[in-house]
Amino acid sequence: MTTQGLFRSALLDPSSDMPVTLTDGAGRPAGRRFSVYRNNVAVGLTEALIDGFPACHALLGDEMFRAMAGAFLRAHPPASPVMARFGEALPEFMDAAPQLSKMRWIGDVARLECALRQSYHAADGTPLSPEDLAAIPPEALGDTRFGLVPSVRVLLSDWPVLSIRRRALDPAAPQAQPGAEDVLILRPVYDPEPHLMTRGDLPFVESLRRGATLAEAAASAGDDYDPTRLLTLLMQSHALTAPES
Amino acid sequence: MKSNKAVYATAFAAAVSATAMVSATTASAQEAVKCYGVSMAGKNDCAAGAGTTCAGTSKVDYQGNAWTLVKEGTCETAEPVLADGTKVMLPEGKMGGLMALERDLPQG
Repeated sequence: MTTQGLFRSALLDPSSDMPVTLTDGAGRPAGRRFSVYRNNVAVGLTEALIDGFPACHALLGDEMFRAMAGAFLRAHPPASPVMARFGEALPEFMDAAPQLSKMRWIGDVARLECALRQSYHAADGTPLSPEDLAAIPPEALGDTRFGLVPSVRVLLSDWPVLSIRRRALDPAAPQAQPGAEDVLILRPVYDPEPHLMTRGDLPFVESLRRGATLAEAAASAGDDYDPTRLLTLLMQSHALTAPES
Repeated sequence: MKSNKAVYATAFAAAVSATAMVSATTASAQEAVKCYGVSMAGKNDCAAGAGTTCAGTSKVDYQGNAWTLVKEGTCETAEPVLADGTKVMLPEGKMGGLMALERDLPQG
């Protein structure tokens, strides 16, 4: 194995020996320095996960989260130098962890936190202004298509994932009630905000995203669907753009 | 189908007017602006171009195409105020910009 390969595998395996080829400036084995560095790498990556998954951290407790993070960072070391991407494999890792089998919803909480972070780091779009929107003639509305800004994210869950997250971050929030929650993440300015979707919202948003006309989107959501709440939310969150041509 | 058409047209109009009302009354969303060329190397919020697309990637101090959030109205001065209230003292002659600046770009 190359020196770099040895270095990397020893870095993530606390039980392995120091790479013998690693020496300090005076040619002596760099054992203790390597140990310090190895510890710092694990601590740094653990802190990055705590920053990225605050609700999961609160739900599991510091001790359990750190233990899980230690196992995760060795199984899934960063694949990209961009720290904001570290942890994208955490939801699946949590789903599969036998220690978390009694918290089957925790993977979805991690998915929600991941989606919020992706939204935060997504590129800026060019939203339509209230004037642009008001200028669309009513008779042309049905045939009008829109795009969505790149920061829009949708998360589907079989669990009350939004309520669980809210309660985890704010003990004063109401206890989560059983039931599925689908979440729409919008970024009005710089910080993403998760919103609960109600019946019909999902097909409506997905139709718009696919380039359907407003009439088609409304039809896909069902005859009795009233898109006022969702359209207001999309406009106030600066999420609607001109369609991609 | 006819009733459906009325529903989305009404919904759209209602959404437009609700949005116009909100943007007329809230200025809070505009309090922070992207200010280019005021952050120390590695301390930018996002988007520093050429191979570096995210937070903490600026390579030189006061890099002209890296931005940080500052309070509105303070960017194009020698002392921009960060969102947390900290005042940035820029070196003699430098000011922030609301658009990416040509100065202080990393070499090579």
